[in-house]
Amino acid sequence: MRSAFKTFALLSTALMAVPFMAGDAAAQAAKKIKIGFVTTLSGPNAAYGRDMQNAFNLALDHLGKKMGGVPVEVIYEDDEQKPEVGKQKTEKLLQRDKVDFVAGYIWSNVLLASYKPVLDADTFLISTNAGPSQLAGEGCSPYFFAASWQNDQNHMAVGELLNQKGIKKLYMVAPNYAAGVDGTNGVKSLFKGQVIGQDMTKWPDQLDFSGEISKIRAAKPEAVYVFFPGRAGVQFFQQYSQAGLKKDIPVYSAFTIDAVTLKLQKDLVLDTYLTSTWGTDLPYAANTKFVTDYKKKYNETPAFYGAQSYDAANLIASAVAATKGNLKDKKAVGAALKAAKFDSVRGPFKFGNNNFPIQNVYQQEAYKVSDTEYDLRTVSTVLTAHTDPHAAKCKM
Amino acid sequence: MLLIFEQFLNGLQIGLLLFLLAAGLTLVFGIMDMVNLAHGSLYMMGAYFAAVFTEWTGSFFLGAALALPAGALLGIAVEMIALRTLYTRDHLDQVLATFGLILFFNELARLMFGAGGMTIQTPDWLQGQILILPGLPYPSYRFLIILVGLLCAAFLYVLVQRTRLGMLIRAGASNREMVGALGINIKQLFTLVFGLGSALAALAGLMAGPVTTVQIGMGDNILILALVVIVIGGIGSLPGAFIAALAIGIIDTMGRAFLPNILGSFLSPSEASTLATALSSMLIYILMAAVLVLRPAGLFPAPGR
Repeated sequence: MRSAFKTFALLSTALMAVPFMAGDAAAQAAKKIKIGFVTTLSGPNAAYGRDMQNAFNLALDHLGKKMGGVPVEVIYEDDEQKPEVGKQKTEKLLQRDKVDFVAGYIWSNVLLASYKPVLDADTFLISTNAGPSQLAGEGCSPYFFAASWQNDQNHMAVGELLNQKGIKKLYMVAPNYAAGVDGTNGVKSLFKGQVIGQDMTKWPDQLDFSGEISKIRAAKPEAVYVFFPGRAGVQFFQQYSQAGLKKDIPVYSAFTIDAVTLKLQKDLVLDTYLTSTWGTDLPYAANTKFVTDYKKKYNETPAFYGAQSYDAANLIASAVAATKGNLKDKKAVGAALKAAKFDSVRGPFKFGNNNFPIQNVYQQEAYKVSDTEYDLRTVSTVLTAHTDPHAAKCKM
Repeated sequence: MLLIFEQFLNGLQIGLLLFLLAAGLTLVFGIMDMVNLAHGSLYMMGAYFAAVFTEWTGSFFLGAALALPAGALLGIAVEMIALRTLYTRDHLDQVLATFGLILFFNELARLMFGAGGMTIQTPDWLQGQILILPGLPYPSYRFLIILVGLLCAAFLYVLVQRTRLGMLIRAGASNREMVGALGINIKQLFTLVFGLGSALAALAGLMAGPVTTVQIGMGDNILILALVVIVIGGIGSLPGAFIAALAIGIIDTMGRAFLPNILGSFLSPSEASTLATALSSMLIYILMAAVLVLRPAGLFPAPGR
């Protein structure tokens, strides 16, 4: 008789085995700028990887597929939203493909597992989404740039927004990983009221928030703050509404509602509060061009993931152009990246001393365009030219 | 007190959903001795079917009524095309083949339904809440899950314990050659059982869909939990699966809900919430380890295995 344990061991090993389907990017001739781009292209959150990929490709179209007159090749890798896979793909990009720049990364835990080999190889890493505090303070590096934000920033804006709305009693729910910890700390750093309860959920496996929602009901807060990127955000709002809490306790969120999730969230997120560093309606020429052409090419509305990737491509291009394609001079490339001489879709954008952006954070809201179509619009500016709180600890 | 009761209901609801999945897996794995990792894919496809059919018909219940047979038919097709030849093979071959099926179905779902996921629209009256006790409204949809889970458990009990088909299933589990020698078409019986298991997976998927949204790969994580359930319950034992599923649902929910407060009484709040998250997600595996140490064959091992 087979013991149950043996069977379980066999099964779980098989299940956890990661499918190896690494794309074969053929080695290319020199005289080309190679960019490795790591993002999530399979699994439930693949839509975000695609959003980034689309926007990055669109930026290259706008650049004529050249940076500083040199042709560009991008090698996309799928991290499957797993830190160990992300690290492996990053190492492959460095060692086999010998890329000049590494970009991408949606998830803070994937970035934290992957950044070291890049920086150790004196290669520039431009994050297009994740902005963990670990790389913003003492761990800052001249080779790391965030074309997105520092994780705390949007959440700090939530804290400030809560103050503006006069909320005194808050309940917090966020996932238990690097960005969730940064997020809750971000809100707390500016929120003047009292946090009467906080749950950190299992990430990314937890799908059912019934336990947390019951606790929210029992705690009777004036508002709830949530941070659930990707599909988890859809589920949270669905269950929150089914529990009948939507009309009683308002929800404040960051990174939980975007163009992709909105297609599923619809009415569930009307009359909620959210913050973002970018919106489709920001009145800047670069932004209008990006949004219009993205919609034309992909027949979809871009999300902030894409906007940041678009910026990242232009940021890299500006550095390559400024150094006339001489990427050997790392100091010059670093200085050119830091100068950030490109038209950001966010309008005002510059790097702080820790290579994280100094930028505005806006309040946004979801609204109904037509019976079937929903969109996000910008309501107000919550934080202006904001520097993240870790910058002071960066000695660079 | 009300909160404890509400959390108990939440645990019950998760447990029953888990039971629906584990019951199908138990039928196939425990009784046919077939390791079917693709069971989670059938769960996912069931949810997608329900989403598509609900959209077509405009009614959640019509959609569900169509998705169940569709799930069963898909399972039967998979059994006849891919799995039938594997019964006599080693478990490792079965693991390999059905793991391939997981990849296949995830890709298929992407091609057929897109990468973005789908929602299942439930009727408005299921979006509301039922007042179970004074001061305790409970989401009516979750209440429906509890109801369906309990009905399904009762149905399976009667089917397996009280009918001729159930007798054959039990006999086939203990000794398939003997059942075959008695003139029963064991091949057909197994196809039927597989279809039933797939229908149960589809039911679990379509019930979970409105709560969790329908997504590619939704079956992969919950399958691990379902495997834990059948290991704790005893492989091939439906009552075991039932009790283990409820236990896991309740322990998981209670752990998530109350550990932070318990730990918070002697730790700082942020330490407590971090530690509690880690601990509560470990709880069920700790339980499994304890069960395996004390009763290696599971809590209620099926007779004859």
